[in-house]
Amino acid sequence: MRYFFLFFFLSIAATLGITGFRGGYSTRTPLQVFNDMKNQAKLRPQTDSTFPGFADGVSSRPFPAGTVAQQVGYQDNTTWKNDPFNTGRDFSKGDIPNNFVEVNPVPITSELLKRGQDRYLIYCQPCHGAQADGNGITKKLGMSTVANLHDPRIIKMNDGEIFNTITYGKNTMMGYGGNVPVPDRWAIVAYLRAIQLSRLGSKDDVPAPVLEKLK
Amino acid sequence: MNDRDPAAQDCGGPVKQVSVMPSIFPKWTNLLPLKLAVAVACLGGAATAGVWYYWTPKYSRVGYQPKQPVAFSHNIHADQLGIDCRYCHSAVERSWFSNIPASSTCMNCHSLLLKEDPKLALVRDSYTTGKSIPWVQLHRTPDFAYFNHSVHVNRGISCVHCHGQINHMEEVFHAKPLSMGFCLDCHRAPEEKIRPVDLVTQLDWAGAVDGKKLVNDWNVKPGQSCSTCHR
Repeated sequence: MRYFFLFFFLSIAATLGITGFRGGYSTRTPLQVFNDMKNQAKLRPQTDSTFPGFADGVSSRPFPAGTVAQQVGYQDNTTWKNDPFNTGRDFSKGDIPNNFVEVNPVPITSELLKRGQDRYLIYCQPCHGAQADGNGITKKLGMSTVANLHDPRIIKMNDGEIFNTITYGKNTMMGYGGNVPVPDRWAIVAYLRAIQLSRLGSKDDVPAPVLEKLK
Repeated sequence: MNDRDPAAQDCGGPVKQVSVMPSIFPKWTNLLPLKLAVAVACLGGAATAGVWYYWTPKYSRVGYQPKQPVAFSHNIHADQLGIDCRYCHSAVERSWFSNIPASSTCMNCHSLLLKEDPKLALVRDSYTTGKSIPWVQLHRTPDFAYFNHSVHVNRGISCVHCHGQINHMEEVFHAKPLSMGFCLDCHRAPEEKIRPVDLVTQLDWAGAVDGKKLVNDWNVKPGQSCSTCHR
């Protein structure tokens, strides 16, 4: 019996020594004893694909040329192109580089501005800063070319041009069209106008009773 | 000759009946059933305890920390630089799948910052050639469970509840078991986890909120039937 206990406790010690405890770190792929149907013969997003039709071997497919995805603003399609909402451009002005729509085609509501603020803080703040003065965290790290969005050049831009810049980028800024959907881009444009306005106010904009109090 | 030896006495003289049971089992066998019972109990107990302790994602998945092709630090990006989760995982609110960012998303900044850094060589290659970076997926629901990211983050379930404190991880590891029991714990009592939607990506948030009220106001009814997830 004592040999049994010796063997028993030694094997427990050996098991603990080899397998460790819960929560230990390991770089090894977790063992799956019974695969069941955990890994099925279907493609998941952003994985490899051996399907011969997908020459690049990637499961997530780009839109085929010339197609329009439902509810997704697709920029380069002729039908969609004519709606300024999708492109920020007004082609009735002619097919010229500067045919941007002057005013945001989306009705400005407080919800839109809230959404714009939310999106601005996610996608724009890292570089342009919460105040839109170009002092985001990346400037401290050495990104010196970030635009100050209170610059008169940008204030005077048409809404459509700002939309276009968000979509495709400009100079050292890269495009955010892939990450920010069309309605969110217009929300950001609206919110940016609100931030700009916050620094364009004058004493005359303050209601008289409030002005009295400030004196 | 020993007279106390019955066998020896039997040898000589007329037949003398001595009722001695021949010892089929030696004496040490007296304790054998008890010893066997103890041994079986020990082995069975150890096997049960082993399966209970090891045969679970709490052991098999928690702590899984694969080596990634690029040493991306969530701690630097999300915590120190304060970049929102959705800057990179931009589809999480719209899709069942929370995307790994395209390398162009990395290049938004790294085309200018650390643009010569050898650690980012793979990212730059991926951006110029269009070939994917072979990131290792570590959180993976089985193919028969239909988990939807968007419905959770749009109803106040934070990233932290399933992924742990990713914002403090240098290298991402599997922090929660993500077993079926883990899902059900929350589906049975969502008021313990739910939080205002604008705080979903604030992984360090530890404030108090009236969860029951949010569950009621948003009409949150997390299903507990099989077909909620297995369909």
